[in-house]
Parts: sequence; C-alpha cells; structure tokens
Amino acid sequence: MAEIAPLLETRNLTMRFGGVVANDDVNFALEEMELRCLIGPNGAGKSTFFKMLTGQLTPTQGTIRFRTHPIAGNLPHQIARLGIGIKTQIPNVFNGLSVRENVWLAAARAARREASAKRAAAIVDEVLERIRLGGLAEAIVGQLSHGQRQWVEIGTVLAAEPELILLDEPAAGMTDEETARTAEIIREINRTRALIVVEHDMEFIKMIAKKVTVFHQGRIMMEDTVEAVLADSRVRDVYLGKKVAA
Amino acid sequence: MNGPVKLTLQALAILAACVAVAVMPSYVDLFQLMQFTLFCSMAVLALSLGFIWGFGGILSFGQTAFFGLGAYAYAVTAINFQDSTPAILLAVLVPALFALALGYFVFYGRISDVYLGVITLTVTLILFNVFNSTAGDAYAIGSARLGGFNGMPAVPTFNMPFDPSSILFPEQSWYVTGGALIAVYLGLRLLLRSSFGRVAIAVRENETRAALLGYDPRLVKLLVFVVGGGVAGLAGALYVNWGAFVGPTIFALSLSAEIIIWICIGGLGTLIGPIVGCFLIEYLVSQIGTQQAFNANLVLGAILVVFVLLLPKGLVPTVRDLLLAAGRLARERNRRPAGEETHALPGGHPVGAE
Repeated sequence: MAEIAPLLETRNLTMRFGGVVANDDVNFALEEMELRCLIGPNGAGKSTFFKMLTGQLTPTQGTIRFRTHPIAGNLPHQIARLGIGIKTQIPNVFNGLSVRENVWLAAARAARREASAKRAAAIVDEVLERIRLGGLAEAIVGQLSHGQRQWVEIGTVLAAEPELILLDEPAAGMTDEETARTAEIIREINRTRALIVVEHDMEFIKMIAKKVTVFHQGRIMMEDTVEAVLADSRVRDVYLGKKVAA
Repeated sequence: MNGPVKLTLQALAILAACVAVAVMPSYVDLFQLMQFTLFCSMAVLALSLGFIWGFGGILSFGQTAFFGLGAYAYAVTAINFQDSTPAILLAVLVPALFALALGYFVFYGRISDVYLGVITLTVTLILFNVFNSTAGDAYAIGSARLGGFNGMPAVPTFNMPFDPSSILFPEQSWYVTGGALIAVYLGLRLLLRSSFGRVAIAVRENETRAALLGYDPRLVKLLVFVVGGGVAGLAGALYVNWGAFVGPTIFALSLSAEIIIWICIGGLGTLIGPIVGCFLIEYLVSQIGTQQAFNANLVLGAILVVFVLLLPKGLVPTVRDLLLAAGRLARERNRRPAGEETHALPGGHPVGAE
C-alpha cells in the first residue's frame, strides 16, 4: 500500500433523528497516534459523532472503520473490546462503588486478554497514582465532587488501555490546576495512543492541540492546525453565533 | 469496618448459623421444627429474588414461576424414579433452563425493566392456568399425574442420595433444608466476590458504563437471572419435601408479592436481609394465624407501609448503618484526651437512616 491506512475512518456518516439531522455526511480520518481536537458550538453534532463511534447510536447511513474492522452499528461492548474507550460528557461512572472498584472493573476487562489478576491489580495502582486519587481509593464515587468523578472516569478509560481514547469535555467542571493536569495527562497518553478530544475551552485546546476539526450544524466545517482554525473568521462567527456566509 | 474484621464477623455468623441448625432439633418440638424447615425453604426462595433484584437490578414479579417449576419438576421426577436424587437435580435444572429461555428474549430483546416485571408476572399467571387445567389421566408425565387443581399428593420426600429405601426423618430433612439455606447463602456470597459478581454489580450500577468498558450487559443479566431461577427451583424442591404435595397455587401471585415484601423489610442489596425478612414475616403470619382478631394480610400490608415510609432501606442496612455510626462515635470518643468519661453508647441516633 502506498500510504498507511488510518486508525479510524468514517465515510458519509449520517445520523438523523426524525427530521433533525445531527450528523450529515461526515468524512473523518484519524492517523495512528494522532491527537485531534473537535470543536463546535452546542448542537454541532460532536457528541452524536462520539456516540456513533462507540456504538451507542447506530448511524442512519455511512461507514466507520477502526483499523480494518467496519464497526458502524456494532454494540458498545463489541467496539470497546476492539480498543476504543470513551469518557462521556456527563460523568458516567459506577456511583455506588468505590474509586478502586471503578478502576478495577476497567482493568479486569483489559487484563482478561492476558488472563492475569496480578496485571489488573498493577494497572489499578498505576492508574490511581496517575489520576491522583490514591488517597480516596476506598471512597464511594457518588460522594465525590464533579471534578473528582471526571477523574475517576478518565481513570477507568486509562485502565482499560484502549488503542483510541475519546474524551468528551474532559476539563468541564475542573479547576485551572486540574485542567493543566488533564492537558499534561493527555499529552502523556498521546505518546503511545491516539486521542480525539471534544472541548469548548480554547485555552485548553491551545495547550494540547495539533490539528483541530470544527463541527457546525452536523457537518465538518474545517480541519486545520489550531492556529489556522483560531484565526479563521468563519469559526469565530460560528462561536459568536453569527450567520456563516453561505 | 475494615476487610479482615468484616470477614471474621461473617465467618463467625456462618458458624453460628451452622451450630443453630445442628442443635435446633434438641430445643424445639417436632411441630416447630417442621415450621422452621418451611421457613428455611422459603428463605432460599427469598435469597433467589434478593440476589437477582439486589445485585442484578432485575425485579422479577414472578419468581414463583421458577419456584413452582422446580417444585413440579421435583414431584414429577420423584414419582417416576421413586428417588429424590435425580429429582433435586432436575428441580434446579428445569427452572434454570426456563430462566435461560425467558431471559434470552427479555435481555437480548432489550426489554425495559417495567416490562420485565409485567412479563414475569404474566408468565406466572400463564403457568398457574396451565397447571390448573391439567386434571385427568391425559395429563401425566410417565407415572406422575399432574392432577390439575388438586395438585399432586403423596410426592416422595427426600431420601439418602441414591438410596431410595432410606427416607429422611423430619430431623434429617431439617438438617438438609437448613444446610441448603446456608450453602446457597455461602455460594451466592462467593459468587458476588468473584469477578463475575463484581461485574454483575457494576451492570446494576451503570449498564452503559459497563458496556463501554467491554462487558456485555445482556449476557451478565441473563446469567444472574439463570442463577436466580436455579436457586428458586431448589427452594421449590425443598418446599415439596416439606409438604409432600404440590399444587398450582404454588404459582399464586400472593406468594410472589410476599417475597418482595420479605426483601423490602429485610433489606434490598444484602443477602442476609431477605433471609431475615422471610423468617420475621413468616413467623408473624403463622402467629397471627393462631388468633381471630386480625387478618394476616391486613397486618402484612400495614407493616409494608410502615417500612416503606420509615425504614425504606430495610432492617439489615438500617441496623448496619446504626452500628457503623455508633462505632465511629465510640472511636472518636476514645481519641479525645483522657479524663473525659465515656458514657453509654449512643444508640438512639438514626444516623444514615433517612
């Protein structure tokens, strides 16, 4: 082959809810080890896009390929086993269980490939250290703050050791310090894995992004370097709510 | 409470239960022993729903479907073979397979929780009507006539394994039933500690998250449901052994509702709660039966209302929270500088009991 196949590729991906078109003909490609940011105003279709990638929604039309596997319409657990992990927009954790149990559940599934309980325990300790919740390991997740639960969810995603990590607004509800820490972790993960990050916080995007894809009204409006995107007048208009010149 | 202490306490409690089962026949008369045997078989039934509802998040309104199928499977096999050994096995296997078939359509068909309740309830009603209309010689499996509304009398009770000539005495039946209750409790406790049990609890907590981590919630719930069906079937066999009789009223809705009441009162999300609730309520009902002033159903209803309003978590979780709060308070007092007298334990504060 002349060029390396992308890690993730969508073609003509479309999602309709009745008359509402949430995603319209999205053609998207992500290289191995790439870090991509998705931006766009509310309702631009970013979360719908993530839900189709993870199997929570079945696309009305179009294909998704992860490596060589066509995954559009697969069930969430099948896609997760192929190696796609997601932190959803609203913290999606096991509220009634301890932090350690949350992380263990992710690690146990990942370690099942190697059939090793020790491996799972090692992953748990490593991840607890990384998300800096070692001191709260036995705390019940439902009693933690919003920011801490975000960390727990990031921890579960890390512990599952996926090939591709999707993060939907990872810095929402975090303090400046926590946000900086998140950016640091994202760069660290990116040394070995590919990521797609949805975020509204432009400062945060500047900290991590190389290439940015802009969603608007369910379509990809532009795709370029972070500097070029932030300098683009159409992008600014979209975020400020002005009409895009047709 | 930390891990080792909790484990020691649990081991002690189980030891105490074993001793209680062992010495009971020398303390109570035969009538009471028979009654406790009945309570124990019902407690196994309570455990089956307590497990799937409390740990799998599956509220089945028709747990008696599996209980009744187990009872009939036991009766039919025991009459045909005149040996309880294969009958007990089939009493577990038949309801478990039925749960597998029913659960497959329910969970793989993505039927929501509410409809699960409706479906299990309906299945129970259907089974009642089916078995109710099996009167006459045409309805026989081998030499076992199903007997329609009259049920199947004179079902052989338990015998020594593979030795049909030595039928168990009531005392031995008590040991078997009490032992079965402890064994089922231990089995479920171990299952919950295993990876599978932890995943099942995770699915109860958040199905979406479990799926996004790569666990198949449909399969996990199906397996939990099948285990619950098998345990309920075992309870059915124990029940028939107690009364040597099975009839279609075993599928009655009132019993299905009663199991739910036992669990609400004992405590959902615990294994000991359903057992406690079952014993308390069954004992109460049998005591009410000795007098005429109150109707048992009226009292049951009143108790349920009181619990739902005042102790929605149930007895066991409430007592546990109280003990934990008392322990915390006692520790804090000990930490304070000497000279301050530690008074009696504050027991009356309902900390954590909303």
